[in-house]
Amino acid sequence: MSLPVAEARVGGQAVRARPRVSRSFTAWQRLLSPLAVVAVWQAAGSAGLLPERLLASPARIVSTAADLVGTGVLPEAIAVSLQRAALGFLLGALAGIGLALVAGLSRAGENALDPLLQMLRALPLFGLIPLFILWFGIGEVPKIGLVALGVLFPLYLNTFSGIRGVDGGLAELARVLRLSRTALVAHIVLPGALPQVLVGLRQSLGVAWLALIVAEQINADAGLGYMINDAREFLRTDVIVVGLIVYAILGLLTDALVRLLERRALAWRQSFPQR
Amino acid sequence: MAAELPAAVVPAAKVTRLSRSFGGRVVLDGVDLEIREGEFVALLGRSGSGKSTLLKALAGLDPLTRDAVSVGGTVSVAFQQPRLVPWKRVLANVALGLRVPDPRAAALAALEEVGLGALHDAWPLTLSGGEAQRASLARALVREPGLLLLDEPFSALDALTRITIHRLVLDLWERHRPGILLVTHDVDEALLLADRVLVLDRGIIAHESPVDLPRPRHREHPDLVALRSTLLARLGVTPEGTV
Repeated sequence: MSLPVAEARVGGQAVRARPRVSRSFTAWQRLLSPLAVVAVWQAAGSAGLLPERLLASPARIVSTAADLVGTGVLPEAIAVSLQRAALGFLLGALAGIGLALVAGLSRAGENALDPLLQMLRALPLFGLIPLFILWFGIGEVPKIGLVALGVLFPLYLNTFSGIRGVDGGLAELARVLRLSRTALVAHIVLPGALPQVLVGLRQSLGVAWLALIVAEQINADAGLGYMINDAREFLRTDVIVVGLIVYAILGLLTDALVRLLERRALAWRQSFPQR
Repeated sequence: MAAELPAAVVPAAKVTRLSRSFGGRVVLDGVDLEIREGEFVALLGRSGSGKSTLLKALAGLDPLTRDAVSVGGTVSVAFQQPRLVPWKRVLANVALGLRVPDPRAAALAALEEVGLGALHDAWPLTLSGGEAQRASLARALVREPGLLLLDEPFSALDALTRITIHRLVLDLWERHRPGILLVTHDVDEALLLADRVLVLDRGIIAHESPVDLPRPRHREHPDLVALRSTLLARLGVTPEGTV
């Protein structure tokens, strides 16, 4: 019965035993296929096989990006979208973490809030857009509201389960050490919930960008979504692709920011030998 | 009235007719127990005999048993798992909840005492099992307890580390003189360390043996060999060689 395990271990060692020299070569190898796709794409565009109304060529996209930056259109659009994302995220995060603290730290709070939030969570976020438009019109409020709502639930759920998941042994220790309730929350509960909160933070940032993109598609007179929609009217696929790339970069940047935060806040975990 | 009694008479802990049941199953059935000031008591018992329940009652962790238990001073616990708070460095763990003018200095002194001064800045997850138990002992002792509860704190350690920690515990006990209740399932450990060995069985203290030998003790001492057989029989284990 133990044979498959033994084999797997031998296999694992064999893989690890490969010469290290190949690492840079492997990295270079991994660049090959994306570069090839870009090259084919460019060739197809230059040869007229790929019409620009379907997809602009890479060279064209790069020059359009430079133009959009030069004329200030892109920086302004980014500023508008970032502001929406930041405001929505901030409101949603405050609400989500705040509600999770109330529900996580008291039974009464849990009984009052958790059923309600679990019910609301079942509603499809983007299905709420018609209601949001009826309630808040087509200005900034429904866009920020949609981002906030998208952020609220992942943060609420993760913070709540993080608080409830804190090691019961440490709670017992706190009682032996006669920690006050405030000290228990500050020294044991909140730091113990932090890893899960950070998981929620990453999830909610993903949702935040998605909610922003959808909200900006529907009706906007400024921002990245507006820039993309406007470009569609004029068949400017180059501008659309620039907008998409900017969205992607913004998403990657915020994710990197959370990773950085994780590395600093969870330093005690990185020393864990099993990581 | 109690204040007029000489200090030496005040026990570290006194348990009077302590009963506790869980869902109809009686675990403790009228336990009487007194731990004198500075006395080292070991409590043996099979698993499920109620050792942990008794320890929790003494630690004040069980609200239903509060009336039957009185303790003379601060109670500290060193748990089976060291229960160091993983996101606090070793020093902050020892100083956690410490109510003295300079908690960090007191914590550092306690760490020096258990031989862990150099690791005060380490994260708990980087410590070995023995180091973590030392830190746990420092955290318990820095509160200058009248009663120190040791909940099988050596059971997860390897044999060599356990010998070192036994010596350390005796050393610390002789210097600080807290009353100690050591809960263990290791008869040898109880005989090497304690002034008195108790056996908990069917919810009561079923047996009691004083151990009047100077420390350090040797396993092969004839008195200990005889006591070991008695205690093992009390625990329902037939001593080796008599099967």
